[in-house]
Amino acid sequence: METVINMALLTLLAVVTVAMVVQRSLLSVVILASIYSFLMASVMIVLDAVDVALTEASVGAAVSTVLLLATLHLTKTREDMPRHGRALPLLLSLAVGGMLVWGTLVLPPFGTANAPIHQHVAPRYINDVMAETGVPNIVTAVLADYRSFDTLGETTVIFIAGIGVMLLLGGLRRQSSEEGAPEDPS
Amino acid sequence: MEAFLDFADRYNYVITIFLMIAGLYIVVARSNMVKKLVGLSIFQTSVYLLYLEPAKIVGGTAPIIDPAFTVYSNPLPHVLILTAIVVGVGTLALGLALVVRINEAFGTIDDDEIKPQDGG
Repeated sequence: METVINMALLTLLAVVTVAMVVQRSLLSVVILASIYSFLMASVMIVLDAVDVALTEASVGAAVSTVLLLATLHLTKTREDMPRHGRALPLLLSLAVGGMLVWGTLVLPPFGTANAPIHQHVAPRYINDVMAETGVPNIVTAVLADYRSFDTLGETTVIFIAGIGVMLLLGGLRRQSSEEGAPEDPS
Repeated sequence: MEAFLDFADRYNYVITIFLMIAGLYIVVARSNMVKKLVGLSIFQTSVYLLYLEPAKIVGGTAPIIDPAFTVYSNPLPHVLILTAIVVGVGTLALGLALVVRINEAFGTIDDDEIKPQDGG
């Protein structure tokens, strides 16, 4: 049953992706991207990744969509027709896809409990997490207790990205205030 | 039936790779920068799938310890992808800020129209 629901949601994801590729109105592309993120969150719930699904629904579907819509508000919402051929990118994509398919042929089938990924580090976390941290949610325990440095690195990246956005858009405001509003004392 | 089950076992990889090459195609083939960034996001989310699909055990449950369950999905890919999602929105925000600045400087967000203006 889980496998069938997973397959259905993945098929919907593929359909939405095709719509995004062919759609020329950027507004529609952004809304489709939002739908894509919610579908992705549903897939994550089926895959038992509930914490990731929450993050994807709030960050991927909400924050990303707001950022994209804000950008479209400041720029254009129509995509021009491409000026060069599509043959080369299509060929490149298909070549990469072919290599990836070849690479996945040896991977274990979906949902098997004895796959190598489930043998090594994960049992240690699952067996010892209650004794060592007392946090029943293993994802939270790994994120905040075992691998806090990862989270520190993550917040550093977000901090740097925030500084970058502020510098880029703050410079924009200064420039337009110099040109547009000379009476502004600052 | 046997063929269907075999196909179902591989279907997640097929869709993951399809999303990956669709994202790659958008990034390479389309010249509009907002569309390129959406393509990059599709590529990123396909990598999330690549990590999360193998973490699932059919018949298992979410990795939250409870006496009623014994089989849990692998929590480690969940942690890694949790970090990746947040970093992904950071890169998207920075990219979109660059797009806004490029639109201010060149009056267009289309790669093909910027190149002649930039002397390329």
